[in-house]
Amino acid sequence: MVNTSVELSGIRLENPIIPASGTFGYGYEFAGLYDINCLGTFSFKGTTLEPRFGNPTPRIAETSAGMLNAVGLQNPGVQQVIAQELPRLRGVFHKPVMANVSGFSVEDYARTCALLDREEQVGWLEVNISCPNVHGGGMSFGTSPESAAEVTRAVKAVTTKPVYMKLSPNVTDIAAIAKACEAAGADGISLINTLQGMRIDPKTRRPVLANQTGGLSGPAIFPVAVRMVYQVYEAVRIPVIGMGGVSTARDVIELMLAGATAVEVGAANLVDPFACRNIIDDLPRVMEQYGIQDLKEIIGGAHHG
Amino acid sequence: MKQGLYTIRRSRALTEDIFELCLSGDTASITAPGQFVNIKVDGCFLRRPISVCDWDKESLTLVFKTVGEGTALLAGMREGGTLDLLCGLGNGFDVSRCGKKTLLLGGGLGAAPLYGLAKTLLQAGARPVAVLGFNRKEDIFYEREFRALGIETAIVTVDGSAGVKGFVTDALPDTCDVFCACGPMPMMKAVYAALPTPGFFSLEERMGCGFGACMGCSCKTKAGYQRVCKEGPVFAKEELLW
Repeated sequence: MVNTSVELSGIRLENPIIPASGTFGYGYEFAGLYDINCLGTFSFKGTTLEPRFGNPTPRIAETSAGMLNAVGLQNPGVQQVIAQELPRLRGVFHKPVMANVSGFSVEDYARTCALLDREEQVGWLEVNISCPNVHGGGMSFGTSPESAAEVTRAVKAVTTKPVYMKLSPNVTDIAAIAKACEAAGADGISLINTLQGMRIDPKTRRPVLANQTGGLSGPAIFPVAVRMVYQVYEAVRIPVIGMGGVSTARDVIELMLAGATAVEVGAANLVDPFACRNIIDDLPRVMEQYGIQDLKEIIGGAHHG
Repeated sequence: MKQGLYTIRRSRALTEDIFELCLSGDTASITAPGQFVNIKVDGCFLRRPISVCDWDKESLTLVFKTVGEGTALLAGMREGGTLDLLCGLGNGFDVSRCGKKTLLLGGGLGAAPLYGLAKTLLQAGARPVAVLGFNRKEDIFYEREFRALGIETAIVTVDGSAGVKGFVTDALPDTCDVFCACGPMPMMKAVYAALPTPGFFSLEERMGCGFGACMGCSCKTKAGYQRVCKEGPVFAKEELLW
Protein backbone atom coordinates (compact mmCIF):
# COMPACT_ATOMS: atom_id res chain seq x y z
CA MET A 1 0.00 0.00 0.00
CA VAL A 2 1.35 3.39 -1.00
CA ASN A 3 0.99 6.42 1.26
CA THR A 4 -0.69 9.42 -0.35
CA SER A 5 -1.00 11.58 2.77
CA VAL A 6 0.72 14.93 3.13
CA GLU A 7 0.68 17.65 5.77
CA LEU A 8 -0.05 21.36 5.39
CA SER A 9 0.90 23.44 8.43
CA GLY A 10 0.18 20.66 10.92
CA ILE A 11 -3.06 19.50 9.31
CA ARG A 12 -2.92 16.07 7.70
CA LEU A 13 -4.47 15.62 4.25
CA GLU A 14 -5.41 12.10 3.19
CA ASN A 15 -4.08 13.00 -0.25
CA PRO A 16 -2.67 16.19 -1.77
CA ILE A 17 -5.61 16.88 -4.10
CA ILE A 18 -7.39 20.21 -3.57
CA PRO A 19 -9.96 21.64 -6.00
CA ALA A 20 -8.89 25.21 -6.69
CA SER A 21 -10.90 28.23 -5.70
CA GLY A 22 -13.45 29.39 -8.25
CA THR A 23 -13.82 25.99 -9.89
CA PHE A 24 -15.63 24.22 -7.07
CA GLY A 25 -18.07 26.81 -5.67
CA TYR A 26 -18.76 25.99 -2.01
CA GLY A 27 -18.70 22.29 -2.81
CA TYR A 28 -22.35 21.35 -3.14
CA GLU A 29 -22.59 21.20 -6.95
CA PHE A 30 -19.99 18.43 -6.74
CA ALA A 31 -21.33 16.84 -3.55
CA GLY A 32 -24.39 15.90 -5.61
CA LEU A 33 -22.13 13.91 -7.94
CA TYR A 34 -19.73 12.13 -5.58
CA ASP A 35 -18.69 12.07 -1.93
CA ILE A 36 -16.34 15.05 -1.81
CA ASN A 37 -14.88 13.81 1.48
CA CYS A 38 -12.42 11.86 -0.66
CA LEU A 39 -10.62 15.18 -1.34
CA GLY A 40 -7.57 16.30 0.61
CA THR A 41 -9.54 19.50 1.16
CA PHE A 42 -10.91 22.16 -1.19
CA SER A 43 -10.44 25.87 -1.58
CA PHE A 44 -13.80 27.57 -1.64
CA LYS A 45 -14.95 30.36 -3.96
CA GLY A 46 -12.94 33.57 -3.52
CA THR A 47 -14.68 35.57 -0.81
CA THR A 48 -14.60 39.33 -0.33
CA LEU A 49 -15.80 41.62 2.43
CA GLU A 50 -18.78 42.86 0.42
CA PRO A 51 -20.96 40.86 -2.01
CA ARG A 52 -19.87 41.11 -5.63
CA PHE A 53 -21.65 40.42 -8.90
CA GLY A 54 -18.40 40.30 -10.81
CA ASN A 55 -17.82 41.30 -14.41
CA PRO A 56 -20.34 41.54 -17.24
CA THR A 57 -20.67 38.51 -19.55
CA PRO A 58 -19.16 36.99 -21.67
CA ARG A 59 -16.81 35.93 -18.90
CA ILE A 60 -15.46 32.80 -20.57
CA ALA A 61 -13.39 32.26 -23.74
CA GLU A 62 -11.81 29.09 -24.96
CA THR A 63 -8.14 28.74 -25.92
CA SER A 64 -5.93 25.94 -27.15
CA ALA A 65 -5.61 23.54 -24.22
CA GLY A 66 -7.26 25.93 -21.86
CA MET A 67 -9.62 28.79 -21.24
CA LEU A 68 -9.78 32.42 -20.22
CA ASN A 69 -12.07 33.53 -17.45
CA ALA A 70 -12.98 36.99 -16.27
CA VAL A 71 -15.58 36.16 -13.64
CA GLY A 72 -14.32 38.94 -11.39
CA LEU A 73 -14.80 37.36 -7.97
CA GLN A 74 -18.56 36.96 -7.95
CA ASN A 75 -19.42 35.95 -4.40
CA PRO A 76 -22.09 36.68 -1.78
CA GLY A 77 -19.70 38.42 0.62
CA VAL A 78 -18.09 37.07 3.79
CA GLN A 79 -21.12 37.62 6.08
CA GLN A 80 -23.35 35.57 3.80
CA VAL A 81 -20.64 32.93 3.35
CA ILE A 82 -20.47 32.50 7.12
CA ALA A 83 -24.24 32.62 7.64
CA GLN A 84 -25.34 30.45 4.72
CA GLU A 85 -22.60 28.74 2.72
CA LEU A 86 -20.49 27.35 5.57
CA PRO A 87 -23.42 25.72 7.45
CA ARG A 88 -24.53 24.10 4.18
CA LEU A 89 -20.98 23.07 3.41
CA ARG A 90 -20.69 21.35 6.81
CA GLY A 91 -23.49 19.04 5.70
CA VAL A 92 -21.46 17.68 2.78
CA PHE A 93 -17.81 18.11 3.77
CA HIS A 94 -16.42 16.99 7.11
CA LYS A 95 -12.79 18.01 6.84
CA PRO A 96 -11.06 21.36 7.38
CA VAL A 97 -11.69 23.58 4.35
CA MET A 98 -9.43 26.19 2.79
CA ALA A 99 -10.98 29.67 2.85
CA ASN A 100 -9.98 31.71 -0.19
CA VAL A 101 -10.04 35.46 0.46
CA SER A 102 -9.71 38.47 -1.83
CA GLY A 103 -9.77 42.18 -1.21
CA PHE A 104 -9.46 45.68 -2.57
CA SER A 105 -7.44 47.18 0.27
CA VAL A 106 -5.15 45.83 2.96
CA GLU A 107 -7.91 46.51 5.49
CA ASP A 108 -10.43 44.53 3.38
CA TYR A 109 -8.21 41.48 3.51
CA ALA A 110 -7.70 41.78 7.25
CA ARG A 111 -11.38 42.27 8.05
CA THR A 112 -12.49 39.34 5.88
CA CYS A 113 -9.80 37.07 7.34
CA ALA A 114 -10.66 38.13 10.89
CA LEU A 115 -14.27 37.06 10.33
CA LEU A 116 -13.28 33.72 8.79
CA ASP A 117 -10.74 33.13 11.56
CA ARG A 118 -13.62 32.40 13.95
CA GLU A 119 -15.01 29.63 11.77
CA GLU A 120 -14.07 26.23 13.10
CA GLN A 121 -14.21 24.44 9.77
CA VAL A 122 -11.72 26.79 8.17
CA GLY A 123 -8.37 25.01 8.31
CA TRP A 124 -6.29 27.46 6.30
CA LEU A 125 -6.67 30.90 4.79
CA GLU A 126 -5.60 31.18 1.19
CA VAL A 127 -5.12 34.87 0.51
CA ASN A 128 -5.54 35.71 -3.14
CA ILE A 129 -3.31 38.66 -4.04
CA SER A 130 -3.36 37.64 -7.68
CA CYS A 131 -6.82 37.94 -9.24
CA PRO A 132 -6.21 39.39 -12.72
CA ASN A 133 -9.89 40.22 -13.31
CA VAL A 134 -10.71 42.94 -10.83
CA HIS A 135 -9.75 46.56 -10.90
CA GLY A 136 -8.24 48.48 -8.03
CA GLY A 137 -7.10 45.48 -6.01
CA GLY A 138 -6.61 41.81 -6.65
CA MET A 139 -3.46 41.24 -8.61
CA SER A 140 -1.93 44.62 -7.83
CA PHE A 141 -1.11 43.41 -4.29
CA GLY A 142 0.70 40.39 -5.65
CA THR A 143 2.96 42.11 -8.13
CA SER A 144 5.37 43.81 -5.72
CA PRO A 145 7.21 42.26 -2.75
CA GLU A 146 6.31 45.25 -0.54
CA SER A 147 2.54 45.13 -1.03
CA ALA A 148 2.51 41.33 -0.85
CA ALA A 149 4.29 41.56 2.49
CA GLU A 150 1.94 44.26 3.70
CA VAL A 151 -1.14 42.12 3.06
CA THR A 152 0.58 39.11 4.66
CA ARG A 153 1.37 41.06 7.83
CA ALA A 154 -2.14 42.51 8.07
CA VAL A 155 -3.73 39.08 7.73
CA LYS A 156 -1.32 37.35 10.09
CA ALA A 157 -2.14 39.95 12.74
CA VAL A 158 -5.81 38.92 12.85
CA THR A 159 -5.67 35.14 12.58
CA THR A 160 -4.16 32.10 14.23
CA LYS A 161 -4.92 29.94 11.21
CA PRO A 162 -2.17 29.09 8.75
CA VAL A 163 -2.00 31.72 6.00
CA TYR A 164 -1.12 30.74 2.42
CA MET A 165 -0.48 33.65 0.08
CA LYS A 166 -1.74 32.93 -3.43
CA LEU A 167 0.63 34.49 -5.93
CA SER A 168 0.30 35.74 -9.46
CA PRO A 169 2.47 34.42 -12.29
CA ASN A 170 2.20 37.81 -14.01
CA VAL A 171 5.43 39.06 -12.42
CA THR A 172 9.10 39.24 -13.34
CA ASP A 173 10.51 37.74 -10.12
CA ILE A 174 8.19 35.28 -8.39
CA ALA A 175 10.89 34.21 -5.92
CA ALA A 176 11.29 37.74 -4.54
CA ILE A 177 7.55 38.00 -3.87
CA ALA A 178 7.41 34.58 -2.22
CA LYS A 179 10.37 35.50 -0.02
CA ALA A 180 8.72 38.78 1.00
CA CYS A 181 5.58 36.86 2.04
CA GLU A 182 7.66 34.38 4.03
CA ALA A 183 9.54 37.17 5.78
CA ALA A 184 6.21 38.83 6.64
CA GLY A 185 5.04 35.65 8.37
CA ALA A 186 3.21 33.64 5.71
CA ASP A 187 2.82 29.95 6.59
CA GLY A 188 2.86 28.88 2.97
CA ILE A 189 2.72 29.95 -0.65
CA SER A 190 0.10 28.94 -3.13
CA LEU A 191 0.71 29.37 -6.86
CA ILE A 192 0.07 29.97 -9.70
CA ASN A 193 -3.06 31.99 -10.28
CA THR A 194 -4.06 32.48 -13.93
CA LEU A 195 -1.92 34.15 -16.58
CA GLN A 196 -3.37 37.28 -18.12
CA GLY A 197 -4.57 36.75 -21.67
CA MET A 198 -6.98 37.92 -24.36
CA ARG A 199 -8.94 36.57 -27.33
CA ILE A 200 -10.39 38.61 -30.18
CA ASP A 201 -13.27 37.39 -32.35
CA PRO A 202 -12.38 38.03 -36.03
CA LYS A 203 -16.10 38.20 -36.90
CA THR A 204 -16.92 41.03 -34.50
CA ARG A 205 -13.34 42.35 -34.38
CA ARG A 206 -13.79 42.85 -30.64
CA PRO A 207 -12.34 41.09 -27.59
CA VAL A 208 -14.40 37.99 -26.74
CA LEU A 209 -14.52 38.83 -23.04
CA ALA A 210 -16.57 41.79 -21.86
CA ASN A 211 -13.68 42.53 -19.48
CA GLN A 212 -11.39 42.38 -22.55
CA THR A 213 -8.68 40.45 -20.68
CA GLY A 214 -9.02 37.33 -18.60
CA GLY A 215 -7.00 34.72 -16.75
CA LEU A 216 -5.62 31.77 -18.70
CA SER A 217 -5.92 28.37 -17.06
CA GLY A 218 -5.88 24.75 -18.15
CA PRO A 219 -3.14 22.40 -19.42
CA ALA A 220 -1.66 25.25 -21.50
CA ILE A 221 -0.18 26.82 -18.34
CA PHE A 222 1.10 23.64 -16.65
CA PRO A 223 4.78 24.10 -17.63
CA VAL A 224 4.66 27.66 -16.28
CA ALA A 225 3.32 26.31 -12.99
CA VAL A 226 6.07 23.69 -12.80
CA ARG A 227 8.74 26.31 -13.41
CA MET A 228 7.36 28.77 -10.84
CA VAL A 229 6.78 26.14 -8.15
CA TYR A 230 10.36 24.99 -8.74
CA GLN A 231 11.70 28.53 -8.34
CA VAL A 232 9.64 29.31 -5.24
CA TYR A 233 10.59 26.01 -3.58
CA GLU A 234 14.23 27.04 -3.95
CA ALA A 235 13.54 30.48 -2.49
CA VAL A 236 11.50 29.70 0.65
CA ARG A 237 11.35 27.17 3.47
CA ILE A 238 7.57 27.28 3.96
CA PRO A 239 5.34 24.78 2.13
CA VAL A 240 4.18 25.45 -1.41
CA ILE A 241 0.79 24.49 -2.81
CA GLY A 242 1.20 24.06 -6.55
CA MET A 243 -1.46 24.58 -9.19
CA GLY A 244 -1.91 25.54 -12.83
CA GLY A 245 -3.27 23.22 -15.50
CA VAL A 246 -3.11 20.02 -13.45
CA SER A 247 -5.40 17.36 -14.87
CA THR A 248 -3.81 13.96 -14.19
CA ALA A 249 -2.14 12.04 -11.35
CA ARG A 250 1.07 12.28 -13.34
CA ASP A 251 0.81 16.09 -13.31
CA VAL A 252 0.40 15.94 -9.52
CA ILE A 253 3.62 13.95 -9.18
CA GLU A 254 5.46 16.33 -11.49
CA LEU A 255 4.38 19.40 -9.54
CA MET A 256 5.33 17.72 -6.24
CA LEU A 257 8.75 16.90 -7.64
CA ALA A 258 9.06 20.60 -8.46
CA GLY A 259 8.36 21.39 -4.82
CA ALA A 260 4.63 21.32 -4.12
CA THR A 261 3.45 19.79 -0.83
CA ALA A 262 -0.12 19.73 -2.10
CA VAL A 263 -1.67 20.33 -5.50
CA GLU A 264 -4.75 22.25 -6.54
CA VAL A 265 -6.82 21.28 -9.56
CA GLY A 266 -8.75 24.07 -11.27
CA ALA A 267 -9.99 24.23 -14.85
CA ALA A 268 -10.09 20.42 -15.12
CA ASN A 269 -13.09 20.41 -12.74
CA LEU A 270 -15.08 22.49 -15.20
CA VAL A 271 -14.58 20.09 -18.08
CA ASP A 272 -14.88 16.91 -16.06
CA PRO A 273 -16.74 17.29 -12.78
CA PHE A 274 -15.20 13.99 -11.65
CA ALA A 275 -11.62 15.14 -12.40
CA CYS A 276 -10.46 15.32 -8.76
CA ARG A 277 -12.02 12.02 -7.79
CA ASN A 278 -10.45 10.36 -10.83
CA ILE A 279 -7.02 11.80 -10.00
CA ILE A 280 -7.34 10.53 -6.41
CA ASP A 281 -8.38 7.09 -7.67
CA ASP A 282 -5.49 6.98 -10.14
CA LEU A 283 -2.82 8.28 -7.78
CA PRO A 284 -1.78 4.99 -6.05
CA ARG A 285 -1.40 3.20 -9.38
CA VAL A 286 0.60 6.04 -10.94
CA MET A 287 2.78 6.28 -7.82
CA GLU A 288 3.60 2.59 -8.15
CA GLN A 289 4.36 3.10 -11.80
CA TYR A 290 7.06 5.62 -10.82
CA GLY A 291 8.27 3.58 -7.84
CA ILE A 292 6.87 5.98 -5.23
CA GLN A 293 5.85 4.46 -1.89
CA ASP A 294 5.34 7.61 0.13
CA LEU A 295 4.22 10.74 -1.69
CA LYS A 296 5.71 13.06 0.96
CA GLU A 297 9.16 11.85 0.06
CA ILE A 298 9.05 13.21 -3.47
CA ILE A 299 8.29 16.82 -2.50
CA GLY A 300 10.99 18.91 -4.16
CA GLY A 301 12.63 15.73 -5.42
CA ALA A 302 13.69 17.37 -8.68
CA HIS A 303 16.03 19.67 -6.78
CA HIS A 304 18.29 16.99 -5.33
CA GLY A 305 21.31 15.44 -6.93
CA MET B 1 -26.97 15.67 -14.04
CA LYS B 2 -25.31 12.53 -15.26
CA GLN B 3 -22.09 11.94 -17.17
CA GLY B 4 -22.11 9.19 -19.77
CA LEU B 5 -21.14 8.00 -23.21
CA TYR B 6 -23.75 8.24 -25.94
CA THR B 7 -23.71 6.60 -29.35
CA ILE B 8 -24.56 8.58 -32.47
CA ARG B 9 -27.45 6.82 -34.21
CA ARG B 10 -28.10 9.45 -36.85
CA SER B 11 -26.39 12.60 -38.03
CA ARG B 12 -27.85 14.84 -40.72
CA ALA B 13 -27.88 18.41 -41.97
CA LEU B 14 -31.23 20.18 -41.67
CA THR B 15 -30.08 23.38 -43.38
CA GLU B 16 -26.79 24.86 -44.50
CA ASP B 17 -25.61 25.31 -40.91
CA ILE B 18 -28.14 23.52 -38.70
CA PHE B 19 -27.54 19.87 -37.86
CA GLU B 20 -29.39 17.13 -36.07
CA LEU B 21 -27.76 14.42 -33.98
CA CYS B 22 -29.78 11.48 -32.64
CA LEU B 23 -28.00 9.77 -29.75
CA SER B 24 -28.72 6.68 -27.71
CA GLY B 25 -27.88 6.38 -24.03
CA ASP B 26 -29.25 6.96 -20.54
CA THR B 27 -31.64 9.92 -20.53
CA ALA B 28 -33.02 9.43 -17.00
CA SER B 29 -31.44 12.73 -15.92
CA ILE B 30 -33.57 14.73 -18.39
CA THR B 31 -36.62 15.84 -16.46
CA ALA B 32 -38.01 18.77 -18.47
CA PRO B 33 -37.97 20.21 -21.98
CA GLY B 34 -35.54 23.11 -22.32
CA GLN B 35 -32.74 21.42 -20.39
CA PHE B 36 -29.40 20.99 -22.11
CA VAL B 37 -26.42 18.69 -22.40
CA ASN B 38 -22.75 19.64 -22.36
CA ILE B 39 -20.70 17.76 -24.92
CA LYS B 40 -16.99 16.94 -24.87
CA VAL B 41 -15.63 17.50 -28.36
CA ASP B 42 -12.25 15.96 -29.17
CA GLY B 43 -9.82 18.78 -29.89
CA CYS B 44 -11.62 21.40 -27.80
CA PHE B 45 -10.93 22.16 -24.14
CA LEU B 46 -14.39 23.25 -23.03
CA ARG B 47 -17.56 21.28 -23.58
CA ARG B 48 -20.29 22.56 -25.90
CA PRO B 49 -23.70 23.25 -24.33
CA ILE B 50 -26.56 22.19 -26.63
CA SER B 51 -30.26 22.20 -25.77
CA VAL B 52 -32.22 18.96 -25.86
CA CYS B 53 -34.66 19.04 -28.78
CA ASP B 54 -36.43 15.77 -28.04
CA TRP B 55 -35.90 12.68 -25.92
CA ASP B 56 -37.39 9.39 -24.83
CA LYS B 57 -36.19 6.74 -22.37
CA GLU B 58 -33.06 5.75 -24.21
CA SER B 59 -32.45 8.33 -26.90
CA LEU B 60 -32.18 12.05 -27.39
CA THR B 61 -32.15 14.42 -30.33
CA LEU B 62 -29.95 17.49 -30.44
CA VAL B 63 -30.30 20.25 -33.02
CA PHE B 64 -27.48 22.76 -33.19
CA LYS B 65 -25.94 25.40 -35.41
CA THR B 66 -22.32 25.46 -36.52
CA VAL B 67 -21.04 28.72 -35.09
CA GLY B 68 -17.39 27.82 -34.54
CA GLU B 69 -14.77 25.12 -34.35
CA GLY B 70 -16.46 22.88 -31.78
CA THR B 71 -19.87 22.78 -33.40
CA ALA B 72 -18.25 22.22 -36.81
CA LEU B 73 -16.44 19.19 -35.38
CA LEU B 74 -19.72 17.95 -33.91
CA ALA B 75 -21.44 18.34 -37.27
CA GLY B 76 -18.75 16.17 -38.78
CA MET B 77 -19.36 13.29 -36.33
CA ARG B 78 -20.66 10.15 -37.99
CA GLU B 79 -23.08 7.42 -37.05
CA GLY B 80 -21.62 4.85 -34.67
CA GLY B 81 -19.29 7.36 -33.00
CA THR B 82 -19.58 8.11 -29.29
CA LEU B 83 -19.84 11.36 -27.38
CA ASP B 84 -19.14 12.12 -23.70
CA LEU B 85 -22.11 14.10 -22.37
CA LEU B 86 -23.09 15.77 -19.15
CA CYS B 87 -26.81 15.16 -19.48
CA GLY B 88 -29.89 16.76 -17.94
CA LEU B 89 -28.40 20.16 -17.11
CA GLY B 90 -30.26 23.24 -15.95
CA ASN B 91 -33.90 23.99 -15.30
CA GLY B 92 -36.14 23.64 -18.33
CA PHE B 93 -39.71 24.76 -18.99
CA ASP B 94 -42.12 24.00 -16.15
CA VAL B 95 -45.08 22.51 -17.98
CA SER B 96 -47.25 22.74 -14.85
CA ARG B 97 -46.97 26.54 -15.09
CA CYS B 98 -47.93 26.61 -18.77
CA GLY B 99 -51.54 27.16 -19.76
CA LYS B 100 -54.04 25.29 -21.88
CA LYS B 101 -53.09 27.51 -24.80
CA THR B 102 -49.34 27.95 -24.65
CA LEU B 103 -47.69 30.00 -27.36
CA LEU B 104 -44.29 28.72 -28.44
CA LEU B 105 -42.09 31.41 -29.97
CA GLY B 106 -38.90 30.26 -31.64
CA GLY B 107 -36.29 32.37 -33.36
CA GLY B 108 -33.91 30.42 -35.61
CA LEU B 109 -32.24 27.64 -33.68
CA GLY B 110 -34.48 28.57 -30.73
CA ALA B 111 -37.18 26.39 -32.28
CA ALA B 112 -35.22 23.27 -31.25
CA PRO B 113 -36.04 23.03 -27.52
CA LEU B 114 -39.61 24.16 -28.25
CA TYR B 115 -40.20 20.95 -30.18
CA GLY B 116 -39.66 18.83 -27.05
CA LEU B 117 -41.75 21.33 -25.11
CA ALA B 118 -44.60 21.02 -27.64
CA LYS B 119 -44.59 17.24 -27.25
CA THR B 120 -44.57 17.44 -23.46
CA LEU B 121 -47.42 19.96 -23.48
CA LEU B 122 -49.48 17.75 -25.78
CA GLN B 123 -48.93 14.79 -23.46
CA ALA B 124 -50.12 16.97 -20.58
CA GLY B 125 -53.34 17.73 -22.48
CA ALA B 126 -52.53 21.31 -23.48
CA ARG B 127 -52.96 22.76 -26.97
CA PRO B 128 -49.76 24.61 -27.84
CA VAL B 129 -49.48 26.93 -30.84
CA ALA B 130 -46.11 27.63 -32.48
CA VAL B 131 -44.74 30.68 -34.25
CA LEU B 132 -41.30 30.01 -35.69
CA GLY B 133 -39.19 32.77 -37.16
CA PHE B 134 -36.24 32.38 -39.53
CA ASN B 135 -34.11 34.70 -41.64
CA ARG B 136 -34.91 33.06 -45.00
CA LYS B 137 -36.78 30.11 -46.45
CA GLU B 138 -33.51 28.14 -46.64
CA ASP B 139 -33.06 28.43 -42.87
CA ILE B 140 -36.36 26.81 -41.95
CA PHE B 141 -36.10 23.49 -40.11
CA TYR B 142 -38.56 21.26 -38.23
CA GLU B 143 -41.65 22.91 -39.79
CA ARG B 144 -42.89 19.50 -40.86
CA GLU B 145 -42.04 17.98 -37.45
CA PHE B 146 -44.03 20.65 -35.61
CA ARG B 147 -47.00 20.23 -37.96
CA ALA B 148 -46.79 16.44 -37.63
CA LEU B 149 -47.54 16.88 -33.93
CA GLY B 150 -50.87 18.31 -35.05
CA ILE B 151 -50.26 21.79 -33.68
CA GLU B 152 -50.94 25.05 -35.41
CA THR B 153 -47.56 26.27 -36.69
CA ALA B 154 -46.99 29.69 -38.24
CA ILE B 155 -43.79 30.42 -40.13
CA VAL B 156 -42.26 33.88 -40.31
CA THR B 157 -39.22 34.95 -42.33
CA VAL B 158 -37.35 38.22 -42.14
CA ASP B 159 -37.03 38.45 -45.94
CA GLY B 160 -40.55 37.22 -46.63
CA SER B 161 -39.38 34.23 -48.68
CA ALA B 162 -41.75 31.96 -46.72
CA GLY B 163 -44.76 32.53 -44.48
CA VAL B 164 -45.41 35.93 -42.99
CA LYS B 165 -42.76 38.58 -43.69
CA GLY B 166 -41.24 39.97 -40.52
CA PHE B 167 -40.52 38.77 -37.00
CA VAL B 168 -42.37 36.39 -34.67
CA THR B 169 -43.96 39.46 -33.08
CA ASP B 170 -45.65 40.14 -36.46
CA ALA B 171 -47.54 36.84 -36.34
CA LEU B 172 -48.75 36.62 -32.76
CA PRO B 173 -52.18 34.99 -32.28
CA ASP B 174 -54.94 37.07 -30.64
CA THR B 175 -54.82 35.24 -27.33
CA CYS B 176 -52.71 32.86 -25.33
CA ASP B 177 -52.45 31.91 -21.67
CA VAL B 178 -48.69 31.65 -21.40
CA PHE B 179 -45.81 32.01 -23.85
CA CYS B 180 -42.47 30.22 -24.00
CA ALA B 181 -39.73 31.86 -26.07
CA CYS B 182 -36.30 30.86 -27.22
CA GLY B 183 -34.22 32.77 -29.75
CA PRO B 184 -31.81 35.64 -30.25
CA MET B 185 -31.83 38.39 -27.64
CA PRO B 186 -33.44 41.13 -29.82
CA MET B 187 -36.34 38.78 -30.60
CA MET B 188 -36.78 37.85 -26.94
CA LYS B 189 -36.77 41.48 -25.83
CA ALA B 190 -39.35 42.28 -28.52
CA VAL B 191 -41.53 39.43 -27.25
CA TYR B 192 -41.08 40.67 -23.68
CA ALA B 193 -42.33 44.09 -24.73
CA ALA B 194 -45.15 42.84 -26.96
CA LEU B 195 -46.88 40.26 -24.80
CA PRO B 196 -48.65 41.15 -21.56
CA THR B 197 -49.30 37.49 -20.67
CA PRO B 198 -47.08 35.49 -18.32
CA GLY B 199 -44.23 33.76 -20.05
CA PHE B 200 -40.87 32.05 -19.96
CA PHE B 201 -37.61 32.78 -21.74
CA SER B 202 -34.77 30.39 -22.41
CA LEU B 203 -31.51 32.33 -22.21
CA GLU B 204 -28.15 31.66 -23.75
CA GLU B 205 -24.69 32.55 -22.44
CA ARG B 206 -21.10 31.45 -22.94
CA MET B 207 -20.46 28.83 -20.30
CA GLY B 208 -17.44 27.39 -18.59
CA CYS B 209 -18.72 24.28 -16.87
CA GLY B 210 -22.48 24.16 -17.52
CA PHE B 211 -23.31 22.81 -14.05
CA GLY B 212 -23.03 25.76 -11.71
CA ALA B 213 -19.42 25.66 -10.57
CA CYS B 214 -17.60 28.49 -12.33
CA MET B 215 -19.98 31.48 -12.32
CA GLY B 216 -19.10 32.08 -15.96
CA CYS B 217 -22.71 32.57 -17.10
CA SER B 218 -24.26 34.64 -14.30
CA CYS B 219 -27.06 37.09 -14.95
CA LYS B 220 -28.75 39.61 -12.72
CA THR B 221 -32.40 38.82 -12.01
CA LYS B 222 -34.98 40.13 -9.56
CA ALA B 223 -34.13 37.18 -7.33
CA GLY B 224 -30.46 38.19 -7.32
CA TYR B 225 -27.58 36.66 -9.22
CA GLN B 226 -28.57 33.52 -11.08
CA ARG B 227 -26.58 31.13 -13.19
CA VAL B 228 -27.96 30.59 -16.70
CA CYS B 229 -26.64 27.00 -16.56
CA LYS B 230 -28.04 26.09 -13.14
CA GLU B 231 -31.07 28.19 -12.15
CA GLY B 232 -31.74 28.70 -15.89
CA PRO B 233 -31.58 28.51 -18.81
CA VAL B 234 -35.35 29.02 -18.57
CA PHE B 235 -36.46 32.03 -16.52
CA ALA B 236 -39.96 33.32 -15.85
CA LYS B 237 -40.68 36.73 -17.38
CA GLU B 238 -41.17 38.33 -13.96
CA GLU B 239 -37.68 37.26 -12.84
CA LEU B 240 -35.90 39.17 -15.62
CA LEU B 241 -34.63 42.72 -15.37
CA TRP B 242 -35.31 43.72 -18.98
